Amino acid sequence: MRIAFTAKGTDWNSKIDSRFGRTDYLLLYDEDKKKIETIDNRAIANEAHGAGPQTAQKFIGLKPDILITGNGPGGNAALVLKRASVKVFIGASEMTVKEAYDTYQKNLLQEQTL
Amino acid sequence: MKIAIASGKGGTGKTTLSTNLAGYLSKQYEVVLVDLDVEEPNSGLFMNGPLILSEDKYKMIPEWVGKCSMCGLCQQVCKFNAIVCLEDEIMVFPELCHSCYACSELCPESALPMFPQKMGELKHFRDNHLSFVESRLDIGQEQAVPLIAQTHKYIDEHFNAGFVRIMDAPPGTSCPVIEAVKKVDFVILVTEPTPFGLHDLKLAVETMKALNKKFGVVINRFGIGNDDVISYCKEEGIDILAKIPNDRRIAELYSRGELIYDKFPEFTEQLERIKKYIFTLN
Repeated sequence: MRIAFTAKGTDWNSKIDSRFGRTDYLLLYDEDKKKIETIDNRAIANEAHGAGPQTAQKFIGLKPDILITGNGPGGNAALVLKRASVKVFIGASEMTVKEAYDTYQKNLLQEQTL
Repeated sequence: MKIAIASGKGGTGKTTLSTNLAGYLSKQYEVVLVDLDVEEPNSGLFMNGPLILSEDKYKMIPEWVGKCSMCGLCQQVCKFNAIVCLEDEIMVFPELCHSCYACSELCPESALPMFPQKMGELKHFRDNHLSFVESRLDIGQEQAVPLIAQTHKYIDEHFNAGFVRIMDAPPGTSCPVIEAVKKVDFVILVTEPTPFGLHDLKLAVETMKALNKKFGVVINRFGIGNDDVISYCKEEGIDILAKIPNDRRIAELYSRGELIYDKFPEFTEQLERIKKYIFTLN
């Protein structure tokens, strides 16, 4: 599985970014290869509109199966994620990436229906 | 002559002034009042007279017709993030699109032709010497600018320079306001003499200066707050055209959808001052 997180940093100890469109980083963990990939998304702060679709575009480039995030994507981004058949788990706002991953593995994160 | 009535802060009296100034001037001139606050037009609440024309307004939006090489150029050239290129589909987000045509024109396979999408409607009423035009965005439409631009065009085509053209602008200082005042000869900034009124007046003044617009200030609800707006205008060399008194009777008439200018001499006097000022411009 390829699991993506919205994050404030680039490693396991980074906090989850509760936002999707305006997340600082996208962090992808490939469970098979045990490797982390990241995308620096901080330039999104300069966009007045359309942050959701733009981040979603970068996000699907990572070819993730699952997204773990805080508040969940907004309407436009959700449309993109739905087309890309990504499953979305929300409610990880206060956790680190590691904690969010563990919580997900215990089936304790809520799945958002897109 | 084209005059816009703008404010910075909302709720300072743009509509009160627009509708009453238009009504007052129409006793002597041919006047058209235009409500450019297309997200929430309300001047019409004070206007009478039959509807003489109603037309749907459209903006152009690209539509993916399928079967392309998925090169992604459309998505790269879109400055408004309105296009997402998936593996086997191009998604268009119409509410983010600014109808710039870049994706459509630059697509090597012509896979994104532009189609009209209804964004709102324009209505034209006439009551003797006072015409009234209002545009209203459809629910769910997010962009005021294209509809404001088309309303300006309608006014230019239907009302020549013989008309006093009064534009009731949206509040704030963002794109819709800039579009509303872009082509006018003079901007009246309505404010109230409170700290909040002054704060937003300053923003509006900076905006007008950046646009090289001639402008003046009308203080509404004069008598409340403090004298800081007056001091500010003095320091900046901005003319104060009129001071409309704070009076419960004005609010009562307004709340019933009635015009004030012919019922309340203190108010009429201020409109007369504005009239004199704007007719001695140039």
